[in-house]
Order: sequence, then C-alpha cells, then structure tokens
Amino acid sequence: MVSPLHAKLFRDLWRIKGQALAIMLVIGIGVALQVMMSGFVASLTQTRDAYYERQQFAQVFAPVARAPERVARRLSDIRGVAVVETRISGSALIDIPSRDLPVSARILSLPAYGMRHLNEIRLTAGRRPESGKIHEIVLLDSFASAHDIVPGDQIHVTLNGAYRAFDVVGTAQSPEFIYYAAPGEMIPDDARFGVIWIGRPALAAALDLKGAFNEVLLTLLRGTDVDAVLDDVDRVLDPFGAPGAYGLADHPSNRFLSEEIAGLEISAKNVPPVFMLVAAFLLYIVTSRMIQSEREEIGLMKAFGYSDTEVSSHYLQLVVIIALGGAVFGCFLGVLLGRLTIPIYTTYYKLPFLLFRLELASFASGILTSVLVASLGGALALRRVFRMTPAEAMRPPSPPDYSKAGAFGTRLVRHLDQPTRMVLRRLVRQPWRMLGAVTGVAAGMALSLSMLIIYEGFDEALDRTFNVIDRSDASVSFVANAPSRTIFELQRLPGVTLAEPVRNVPVVLRSGRKSYSGAITGLAPDAQLFRALDADVEPISLPARGIVLSAPLADILDVSIGDEIVVDIRQGSQPTVVAPVSGIAESLMGSPAYMDLEALNRLLGEPMRISGAYVSINDGEQADVYSALKDMPMVAGVSLRIEAERAFQQIMDQGAGSSRFIMGFMAFAITFGIIYNVARVAQDERARDLASLRVMGFYHGETAFVLLGELAAVILVALPLGVGLGTALSHLIAAGFSTDLYQIPVVSAPNAYGTSISVVVVAALASGWIVQRDIGASDITLALKTRE
Amino acid sequence: MVYETMSQQELAFRAHGLTKTYGEGRSAVHALRGVDLEIGRGEIVVLLGPSGSGKSTLLNILGGLDKASAGEAWFEGHCLTSMTDRALTGYRRNHVGFVFQFYNLMPSLTARENVELVTEIAKHPMSPEDALHLVGLGARLDHFPAQLSGGEQQRVAIARAVAKQPDVLFCDEPTGALDSTTGRAVLRVLQDVNEKLGTTVLIITHAAATAAMADRVIHFADGAIRDVVLNDAPLSAEEIEW
Repeated sequence: MVSPLHAKLFRDLWRIKGQALAIMLVIGIGVALQVMMSGFVASLTQTRDAYYERQQFAQVFAPVARAPERVARRLSDIRGVAVVETRISGSALIDIPSRDLPVSARILSLPAYGMRHLNEIRLTAGRRPESGKIHEIVLLDSFASAHDIVPGDQIHVTLNGAYRAFDVVGTAQSPEFIYYAAPGEMIPDDARFGVIWIGRPALAAALDLKGAFNEVLLTLLRGTDVDAVLDDVDRVLDPFGAPGAYGLADHPSNRFLSEEIAGLEISAKNVPPVFMLVAAFLLYIVTSRMIQSEREEIGLMKAFGYSDTEVSSHYLQLVVIIALGGAVFGCFLGVLLGRLTIPIYTTYYKLPFLLFRLELASFASGILTSVLVASLGGALALRRVFRMTPAEAMRPPSPPDYSKAGAFGTRLVRHLDQPTRMVLRRLVRQPWRMLGAVTGVAAGMALSLSMLIIYEGFDEALDRTFNVIDRSDASVSFVANAPSRTIFELQRLPGVTLAEPVRNVPVVLRSGRKSYSGAITGLAPDAQLFRALDADVEPISLPARGIVLSAPLADILDVSIGDEIVVDIRQGSQPTVVAPVSGIAESLMGSPAYMDLEALNRLLGEPMRISGAYVSINDGEQADVYSALKDMPMVAGVSLRIEAERAFQQIMDQGAGSSRFIMGFMAFAITFGIIYNVARVAQDERARDLASLRVMGFYHGETAFVLLGELAAVILVALPLGVGLGTALSHLIAAGFSTDLYQIPVVSAPNAYGTSISVVVVAALASGWIVQRDIGASDITLALKTRE
Repeated sequence: MVYETMSQQELAFRAHGLTKTYGEGRSAVHALRGVDLEIGRGEIVVLLGPSGSGKSTLLNILGGLDKASAGEAWFEGHCLTSMTDRALTGYRRNHVGFVFQFYNLMPSLTARENVELVTEIAKHPMSPEDALHLVGLGARLDHFPAQLSGGEQQRVAIARAVAKQPDVLFCDEPTGALDSTTGRAVLRVLQDVNEKLGTTVLIITHAAATAAMADRVIHFADGAIRDVVLNDAPLSAEEIEW
C-alpha cells in the first residue's frame, strides 16, 4: 500500500522531471569526475607502487664517468644504503632500415650473474640474454612494437663508433622507462627512442669499462634521509667524474608520472565541489518554489496533524531521491569514462598493466556528498515550512511586495518600458537567487574556459618551441665533445644551409641553499637556429661573462638579473665558478641555462669544443643529409624537429581533443542546468503574470522577453565574470602545473574565449527555448482562473 | 428573437452555431452547444448561469482567448473563429479589455505602471493617470499591488483594462472576491466607463442582482442560451441590492 504522501512524492517527481534531470546531470557530472579522477589516482599510484616494488626500482641513481668496481663497497658502507648495484650505461644508435636516420637509444647492462637485483626488467616476450652470448639483447617493448621487431629479429646498432649486429632475444618493460622521451625532448614517441639491455661483459667490452662502472643504483633502508645519502654518494664518486647523484623524486620517468598523479589529485579535490554547490543551489530554488506553491497543501497536512518533521521529510525525500539518482548515475558514468579513457594513459605511461580501479571510497563519498549538499539546499528552503502555521499557510499569499525593489527604480527606470522594469525589479528583488545563478554559470564557464586556455597554451608552447626558439631542422649530438671545426664538416655537407655549434655541459647551479642540477647550453653569440628568447620573444644576446637562466630556473634558485650564482661544473676538471645572472629567458620545456659558447669553454678550460650542432637543411635534400650524417662516426644521434613537433601535436590531438569536448560539455551542462531550472521556476512563479500579459494582447515574443529577460541579464553578467574567473583560474592552473620539466604559458586565447562563451550562450538559448515554448502551449485562461 | 431587430452596424458581436467541445468520444465535454447571439454596441450585457453552463467559454471565445470547435463568431467586421493566434493577440491588444476575479496585476509594477503596461502598446490610449482617476485611485498612483486592498487592486485592473479605450470590456466575476461596498464601487466604475466611453461591457457573474444594471441579460444552462432578457430601465450600481 503506497501512502498518499509517497504517491504525491512520485507524482511531484514526474511533474518536475525536466528540472530533476537537469539537476541530476549536474550532480552526476560532479560525481563522475570525482569517481573518474580518484580512480585514475588510485590506479596510477597503486600500479606504480606495485610495479616499482616488484621490479625493485632503485631509490638513488648516480651516474659517473668511470669508477672502478671496488668503489661499490664504499657506497654500500654509506649509512642507510640497503642494496648497491653498479651497471654500465651508454648511448647507441639503432639502424632502422625504413628510416633515413638511426634512432638514438640507451644501452644498459644486465648483470652477468642470474637475475638482476635492482631495476629488474619485465620480459614481455622471449627471454633474457644467455650468459656469454654477447650478441643477444633485450629491446624495450614499446620501441620494438613501434618498429615491428620481435624476438628472433636482428638489428644493427652503432655502439661507441662500431657498427654491429645484435640478435633480439626478448622484449621488456622497465620501471625506469614508464615515461620517456628522446634526449632533449619531453614528449614520448615510441618509435624514436629505444632502450637496449645487454649482458654486462659485452657492454663493458664495447665501452671499454671492464672492471668499472658508470652508473650506480641504490635502495635505501626505510626512513633514511635521501639528501644525506646523495651527499655521501657525491663525496664518494666525485673523484671519478660524477655529475651528481639524484633520488627517485628527480628520476625523469618517475617525475612525469608523479606530477601527473599530483595534478589529478588536485583536480579531483577541486573540480567536483563546484558541481555540488551548483546542484545545491538548484535544489534550493526548486524546493523553495515547490514549497511556495504548495503552501496550501502544507497547511492542510499540518492541519490534519502531520508534524513539521513529517512534512519536511516529504520534501527532503524528493531532494534526496534527485541527489541519489544523480550520484548513482555519476558513479556509473565515472566508471564508464574511467574505463574508456584510462587506456590513454598507457599510451604515454608504459605500465605493465593499468586497470581502472573502482574506488569504493569515492563512490561512497560521491553519494554522501551529493546527498548532504542537496539536503542542505533543501533544508534551507524547508525552513519556511516550519515558520508557517496551518491557518497562515492555507490563506492565499498576498502579492509579492516589490515596494522595496521598486524604490530603487523610480528615477533610474523612468526611460524604460514596463516589461523591462518588470525584469529589472525581479532581479533586484531576489538578488541572492540571481547572484547564485550568475555565480554558478560563471563558475561552470570558468572551469571550462581555464582548461581551454591551458590547451591553447600548449598550442602556443608547440609553436614557440618549434618555430621560434628552435628554428633548426635537426639537432645533431656528438659521441664525445668534438673540436669546433667539426661544424665546418657539417656545414660542408651538400644540402646543409646552416650549421651552428652547441655545447651542453652538466652543472649544478646554486644560490644560497637552493640548488638545481641541470645543464648549461653554450650557444654561438649570433645564433640563428636555436636562441635564447626573452619574455617578449626577442633574442637575448649572450654576454661574454654571465649566464642567462630560464624563468623557471630563476624561480627555483630565487635569483634575478644581477645576482650571482655558483656554477658547479660536472664535467672535465669539474671547476666551481661564480657567474652573474645576465638575463632571464622564456622557456616552455625544461629549465635551461644559456651561456656564450666561448665563455663556457673558457670556464671549462677546454677551448674550441662542442657537443653538438643545430642544422638547417634545404627542402628536398633531407635524405642526402641524413645518410651523410649516418656515416659520420662522431654523430651520436640526430633528432628531427619535425618529428618532435609531430609527436607533440599528436599528444595534443589525442589528449586535448577529447578533453576539450569534455570541458565544453561540462560548461554546457552547468549552464543548461542553471538556466533551465531558474527559467522553469520563474515561469512557474509567474504563470499568471505571463498569462495576463498574453490576455492583454502581448505577443508571444514580448511575453517571453519578460520571462527570459532576467535570464539574459544573468548570462550577460555571468559572461564577463566567467571570463575574468576563467582567466584568473588559468593563471593559477598554469602556475600550479608548471614545473622545471615543462612550463604552461598563459596566452591570449581567442578560441578558448569564443568556445566557452558560445557554449554558455547556446546552453542558455537552448534552455530558454524549451521554456518559452511552453508559454505558447499553456492555456492562458486556466492561469487566470486559479489563485496563486 | 430579439436580436434580429438590430442592424449590422449596431452590432458589436454576433455568433452563429458556436460550439465548443473539450476532449473526444465518451469523455467529451460539450461546453457550448451551438450558441447563436448578437450583442449591440455600447450595451452592458450580463451573463448568468451556474458553473459549467458555458458562459466563461463564450466569453473566452469572444475575447479571443480560446477557439471554437465549430460555428462562427464575429466582432464587428472580423471573423474571430478563423483568426490565427497572432491575429487574435492583435485583436486583444487593440480592441479588448479584460477584468478578472483575481485582478492579475503585475506585482512588480506600481498602479500607474500596471496601467502603462497596456497604454504603451495600445493605439489610442488615455493617460494612465486619467484611467486611475476614473476608478478613483488618483491618489495611489505609485503604490505597488502589495500595498493596495483587494478592491483597490480590482480598480487598478479596471483602469488597466479601460486605459486603452477598448471597444469591449470583458469582466469575469469582477466582484467575486470583493465585499458588497467595494463590489458596488467596482460596478459603478464599469458603468461609468460604459457611459463615458461607450464601451461594450460583458460581465459574467454569479450574483444575479448584478443583472439589474444590464441592458441585456443572457441566461446560460448546459452550454446553451436559455433565454435573453432585455432591460429597458437598468439600475445604477448604487441601487443594486447586493
């Protein structure tokens, strides 16, 4: 037996189904985002942690030029060190027959005995090299599949200047290469960067490192201070030419993954509440209206002896049903979106598996928050039920008093027609509702606008990086530092129009207690192809003395132009010098520091040395140049600008494309939810007014103006507010997400503004259209007969 | 029948076989069952009858608020029953004034502004102030509905209806929510408008006494006109027994 109140509940729900659905949509998106993002965080974190543990991923990494194996003992004596493992690491070029240019690769030693201890590889196919078989290698899984290489194939590799054939016996993944990009780039491209694992004796022989190592991996005992260990490791390895040890936190692959997780965590915390607040506001106005129009029924129920609590719980049930409906929908949507989109992560993050993890906690918190927030909105409206006595409630309400709202108007509105006055007075009479609507629309718009601006920023970064800062066609790196005259050899190659030298030197920059381990890029003073640019995108002339820091680096070191910093050079004789900061350069990728090439060489005491070159090539002659470069023994790698740009573009198209759509949809949903509900409530409240206008001979459009004028006003105020909030938010997001790895510029983004404004306007028009349609459809005589 | 004596020029309304049916089949409700009538210009006509007898339906069709299922209704030279929605809106806008039981004032506009709402879109309106003086509210021009009594609100509604100087004034239970003194005052205003402006006035009422002020009284029953009574000596509003 259904109680009459329950029957009323379901009929009420059915009657306001459009509004209820719009609110459920807003709640649903909020919950879906929360479920999805916290699911991503959980999936990525748990997968990462499990993977690191299973493969015994090291916690400290220390490259060194060449250290004898016995030094390892001294490292294991360091307090807090659990396991020490030495290995050999080098760079190589893989010759892929289908490509003009060889692909640069890292080559790493596998221990000669049994299984490795640290950074264990995870075989995806085939087997490990057998001991003694020096031609057997394991290849990075993603690189192998990008080139259709399978175990049993043979590949040709240039290693330390020697061109050799190797048998691929297996493919593998590694926690070291979850996220990786070719040297000097930040966007992963499976095809253009390879990793080779080979037995240690073979690699030691090839790189002339028998009985020695050039990299050491450490794990630490629980609770060990990493910084102290890093200092100790540096002390031990310094005499052997070590650029400096770094911890897991600074490991490039781990950093990218961790930054991603941190960003998701921030979004998961901050975005869903916006939707919840909007939903609470909507439920408040809908419930308020319902209570207002049902005051007689409420009075009657009270007169029959229903208590305030019983009456309130009736309305609260309605609110809770809507909230629950939205939340459950959101949970399913979140899981669906999560399952659908999590594979995107595996294209960038090479995890052995990545399943979307259902976080039951996020389910529970999503549902609980929606119900709580919705109830809060409902409860605010329900206060009125308690205030009404049955007799009072059953009396018809007197007309709403506009005498206060009207007072503002007499002079101000003298020149306005009556319908406009009606619109204005209503806005003024219910400023909180209007403010709520304005804030809600502006918040929804700001959310999407800021993300769209960020995407435009990426586009700008793409353009600036590849067309303004780097105008070369290819960058060439040498096996070892070469004499500067090498540049002329490149310049002489047929097809090369310009070749400019560069020297990259690993350094640790210090200012006070702050330090940053990176590299200085030495450039020719009149460089054309690769330049340091200032904030106005004008080239900075590199002074004979002094160093130009990229903006993020200046931030990290907390220095500005004129300050002096300590430069610990981690190459050659490893001198430590003091240099003044002579300029701040814009950069969008990494945190470079620039110096005049000759000045840098002077500091090193190694005149006329370069580590690579930027070249520009005549159209149509690329293939000739590439094949010539392929044959030059000192060339360690060639990276093509166009390929890097393409990889970047691809990531933009894949990731950002769908995100843009989602952002647009979010703004649409919020705007639609708000405008539709506010319009419905306004229409409901004013059914008689609108009918009267129709009776008096106002045309449909004139009547719609009175109803929709206030919504137009809401949108007109919300648009500039949304633009302001969105712009401010984009600055916050850009600042929050920019790291020394990459910087997100905030650019003027006309497209982003255009898109978000259009979405809001379209959503408003759509909801306005649906509501005004009903003005025509409603029976105008009926509205006049019934008392409010 | 009486109305056959009037010439076309003297007629405000005429209807022939006017039928209105709501719903279909067995559940169909016949609100009007083939009504024929003529109403002269400048007359005060009172429509009497029990609830559901069809008087409101007739008023709605003549006022351009509803459409007939069959039959014809003419206002002067215009056939109301063949007009589009837009044309009907234009008809209400330019020729008709309405007064309702629940006043239907715009709460957000003052008395004067409520009247201006109509004068702004009318072709030959009187000044809003004159209209409000006519109903005796010259002193309360800038009050909002919430600050007026029921009778005052109804008088504003009448001022609003007459300010456009309509050809016809339709009043659906104009005194239904009012006490006798206020009710009489309201009827007085309707009579004044009729006398001073020559407006045809149609009044629906449950209060049979109101019929005493009419030139013509039409009795409704079961969706049809039961009889039409001509009143050669209408009483003034003050003389009506409430």
